Amino acid sequence: MRVSNKLKLVLLRLLQAVPALFGIVLVSFLLTRALPGDPAVYFAGPMADEQSIAEIRQQMGLDRPLPLQFFSYIGDLLQGELGQSISTGQPVLTELASRLPASLELTLFALLLSLLVALPLGILAATRPNSWVDHLCRVVVTAGVSLPTFFTGLLLLYIFYFLLGWAPSPMGRLDFAYLPPETVTGSFVIDALLAGDPETARAAFAQLLLPAITLGLFTLAPIARMTRAALIQVLEGEFIRTARAAGLARRKVLYRYGLRNAILPVITTLGMVFSFALGANVLVEKVFAWPGIGSFAVEALVVSDYAAVQGFVLCMAVLFVLLNLLIDVIYTLVDPRVRMES
Amino acid sequence: MQPALLDIDDLTIEFATRRGTVTAVEQVRLRLNKGETLGIVGESGSGKSVTSYAIMRILDRAGSIHRGSIRFSGIDLVGANERAMRDLRGREISMIFQNPRAALNPIRTVGKQIEDVLREHAMATRANAREKAIAMLRAVRIANPEGRYHAYPFELSGGMCQRVVIAIALACRPQMLIADEPTTGLDVTTQKAVLDLIKDLTREQRMATLLITHDLGLAAQYCDRIVVMQKGRIVEAADTATLFSSPQHDYTRRLLKATPGPESKVADLLPEGDARRALASPPNPEAPVLLSVEGLSKTFGAPGSPTSHRAVDNLSFKLHQGESLGLVGESGCGKSTTSAMLMRLLDQSAGALWFDGQDIGAIPSKQFARHPLRAQLQMVFQDPTDSLNPRWKVRDAIADPIRRLGGTGDKAQLRRRVEELAENVGLPVELLDRYPHQLSGGQKARVGIARAIALNPKMLILDEPTAALDVSVQAVVLNLLVDLKERLGMSYLFISHDLNVVRLMCDRVMIMQAGRLVEEGSTERLLNAPEHEYTRTLLAAIPNPPVPASA
Amino acid sequence: MTQTASTPASAAGAQASGWRQARYLLAENPVSAMAFVLFALILLLALFGPWLVPYDPLATYAGEPLQAPSAAHWFGTDNLGRDVFSRVVVATRLDLSIALVAVALSFVFGSALGAMAGYYGGWIDRLSGRLLDTIMAFPLFVLAMGIVAAAGNTVENIVYATAIINLPFYARMARAEVNVRRNAGFVQAARLSGNSDWRILALHIFPNTLPPMMVQISLNMGWAILNAAGLSFIGLGVRPPTPEWGIMVAEGANFIISGEWWLVVFPGAALVLAVFTFNLLGDGLRDLVDPQRRT
Repeated sequence: MRVSNKLKLVLLRLLQAVPALFGIVLVSFLLTRALPGDPAVYFAGPMADEQSIAEIRQQMGLDRPLPLQFFSYIGDLLQGELGQSISTGQPVLTELASRLPASLELTLFALLLSLLVALPLGILAATRPNSWVDHLCRVVVTAGVSLPTFFTGLLLLYIFYFLLGWAPSPMGRLDFAYLPPETVTGSFVIDALLAGDPETARAAFAQLLLPAITLGLFTLAPIARMTRAALIQVLEGEFIRTARAAGLARRKVLYRYGLRNAILPVITTLGMVFSFALGANVLVEKVFAWPGIGSFAVEALVVSDYAAVQGFVLCMAVLFVLLNLLIDVIYTLVDPRVRMES
Repeated sequence: MQPALLDIDDLTIEFATRRGTVTAVEQVRLRLNKGETLGIVGESGSGKSVTSYAIMRILDRAGSIHRGSIRFSGIDLVGANERAMRDLRGREISMIFQNPRAALNPIRTVGKQIEDVLREHAMATRANAREKAIAMLRAVRIANPEGRYHAYPFELSGGMCQRVVIAIALACRPQMLIADEPTTGLDVTTQKAVLDLIKDLTREQRMATLLITHDLGLAAQYCDRIVVMQKGRIVEAADTATLFSSPQHDYTRRLLKATPGPESKVADLLPEGDARRALASPPNPEAPVLLSVEGLSKTFGAPGSPTSHRAVDNLSFKLHQGESLGLVGESGCGKSTTSAMLMRLLDQSAGALWFDGQDIGAIPSKQFARHPLRAQLQMVFQDPTDSLNPRWKVRDAIADPIRRLGGTGDKAQLRRRVEELAENVGLPVELLDRYPHQLSGGQKARVGIARAIALNPKMLILDEPTAALDVSVQAVVLNLLVDLKERLGMSYLFISHDLNVVRLMCDRVMIMQAGRLVEEGSTERLLNAPEHEYTRTLLAAIPNPPVPASA
Repeated sequence: MTQTASTPASAAGAQASGWRQARYLLAENPVSAMAFVLFALILLLALFGPWLVPYDPLATYAGEPLQAPSAAHWFGTDNLGRDVFSRVVVATRLDLSIALVAVALSFVFGSALGAMAGYYGGWIDRLSGRLLDTIMAFPLFVLAMGIVAAAGNTVENIVYATAIINLPFYARMARAEVNVRRNAGFVQAARLSGNSDWRILALHIFPNTLPPMMVQISLNMGWAILNAAGLSFIGLGVRPPTPEWGIMVAEGANFIISGEWWLVVFPGAALVLAVFTFNLLGDGLRDLVDPQRRT
């Protein structure tokens, strides 16, 4: 009975993502059509003349009423039609699809890194208030939210590439000397390992490390902060007192009673962290010339390739909704109190 | 004489605060024998809870045992290391707390939480832990223990949560149980059930119990001996009968007096000769009707939908001028919804309200805020802290209704009126320029009362006005309320869960259960010869202090 | 729910005790004191920066490009021979104003929206909730990129975009703070005293939500500065040769791998310092407002 209830809740969560997706589509439509200025001019690009703008206007159906335009916009999206990128001449969807794995590899690896550091740091800081770990945590947290990723990235480059020479040159995912491995997962490191090519995997990993650390430093702060704060709050709770008064061992009180409760707000915070990470991803990709969708968007911005930028925003938003969905599902499975409200 | 199970001597506990060291407990000495129940009674800040935390050695980081010894069956608890303490906690000494819902891990099933203790102290193996946990749930009289084993705390009522907490505490058959205000916040009937359960189980296992409470009546009913604490010190220790028949210390006497019992009058709560003692005049049955309620109902949620809930069901009664009418019921019975509707803060679903000859039920609550009758219907709220805006000075809080409804634009006049009101409720005028957080609970209660009577209302709803106060403060506030009623000729609707207080304050009483009135009558008749089964249950559940022999 | 029920002996008003509390906390927490000093310094530079600098931030000196820091050029010169120190100092005003205006806009509109939603509930609440959810459904920086790209590449649009992505934080906070007080005893008492709804909201409830809001504003300022700088780093909003920290870092990025570190480090450090100051200030304010939740 309990299992099927959980399943129902998970399905409900999936359904709840629908309005979010609709909102995203509506906003991205409004951003293109309803703002002052002529979208046809944007889509035609800076080199367009009167005639090509008029052509584009008719081609895009911009002479029709807004609601109609919205429906045909949804129709286009459902067919994966995001327009042509004028800077590369390729369909935007193709461009995004080919670059998305690079962004995902970077973002997910960075998140993994920061989780591995932030969780223990937050836990240690919460259980040993005013110790050196606590102070370290405070410094890292404050510094982490104050450092702009693009600045951290450049600083790390200067130290590890220019001064020390440990890092490879910031030229994308793989040095020219290596051939990219056959695509399985989309991650160069994993694919190379799967292909039995440790040399290429090492090279890809070397390229990945510095940008991932840059991004990880940025996302580390909110996770560590929340872990520490949540655990401190839980440990002050009355049920912790009960557990202590019942003579439970310290470890059991800390992990089974404390941490399992404290992890819930941390999971919730991850949503915000993903939001930060996906945004900062754009900056990191630019600094390290990482060939993901972020640097694609930045290049497109420079030449006013609007269809590309719009496709990028949509792609990021959908990605974010999916990540949030994942968080919601995990939360639903972890917390027994989640009920069928609303 | 056999050595005591628990022997505390010269215990002094200090807390490090921003303002320096504060001594919370000073030179406390007490003994507890095997199988005995000892009550520690005191008002807030008396150090009773801190003492119990010290025994368990679970004081906050800021607190420390400064001096003295605590010996438990020969073991020195002050000097014991954490490992030794952990071994004792839950196995030899257990503790239960107030607020049972918060005392349980919210995301672990209650069965597992009982198992944790059993496994920790090697009282169960992986194989039989579950069976033993279910047996424990059965022992604390939880129906369907096999099913409840899988329940999470949020799925259980407050009383059931407290039973689970008791099951955790007693699972390892400890020699001593410390119960720190175990029933505060629970309804009287639940309170009785929980305390009877504790009594039965500790008797069965020949356990010693330390019952910490603010309620003398409760201590009298369940304890063999009682110590009274005040400001961190023990002022008196005696066996229960002696303490009530011949209290030695002045503070004990005052406390005994201030605790309402079945025989006391409101003036008796205060010492003889206290100028604040008030006398209520007998009810006048000829007085005209002030408030008339007919068929009042409130349904929440869309009618017919599964979530729809009838909070108040077809309520009818009359309140006469100058009368004090009690409304008694346990939590969730619809008292608060009723008072919100009477106050015109909430629109009723059905029914009529006539106040002073006018059909106020026909006026939507939104419009009533500016209605002339608004001034005539006022209220004193339950929690004096919550009912004062933390960012407003006391003076402004009292002046607010006069500014909005009193039509007094003249500053000097307003100032005089506020000071007069402060005097009326016994609030020193120099406190008027303070903020609420700078006042004590009793002072805040007075501010709330001053604000309520600022416009000379004809009717006042008193919503558990003393529930958050210590008994000695309650004694003063109750006398003040009686005095004001006499002087200003108001009518009271007195909402309470405490029948002893209602007995003191009300001419007539209504008993409410699940949204309906189950019984109504003169206080005298209803409390002495209750007709409805529920009224009898309520009456039986009140813990009463024994009547002092001297009275 | 304050636990400070103990009555101070003196009859001093809460204002005075508030100041004492502030002084006490500053003395106890030198880091917050430092943050207040830094804040004053940044404010000073923003106001008087253009009159304090040794060189014209826009003037190019072709003769001395890419000079390392020296006595003449404290922060060195860039590839066009402009004085980096002067540019960093003058940029303070622009970076600060963008963040300040954006935060002010989102505070005013966000808290008004949130307060209404929290007080009235019902359709206002549902509608505003939908709106905020939609904003929050985007990674915020990416949404800001999209807005600026669509609305036009100007500084004003950077401000609007930053304001929009900050709006949900204020609105949600105001909603939560108002909602918990909506049925508080003092609000009911205010109703009984004949206060109208808007009066209750504006005079009774809203002032109580301000302390946590102030903390949010301070923490948000840092974040807004980061956002605006990030947008100009990728070429949105501010155009060269206007001195602005983000764009200066972007221009210096090309030289970092050849070792001209000062082009990136000084504007970057200024940016970090400003953000750091507001974050510390926020933490300090939090201690002041809510001593129990010190982190």
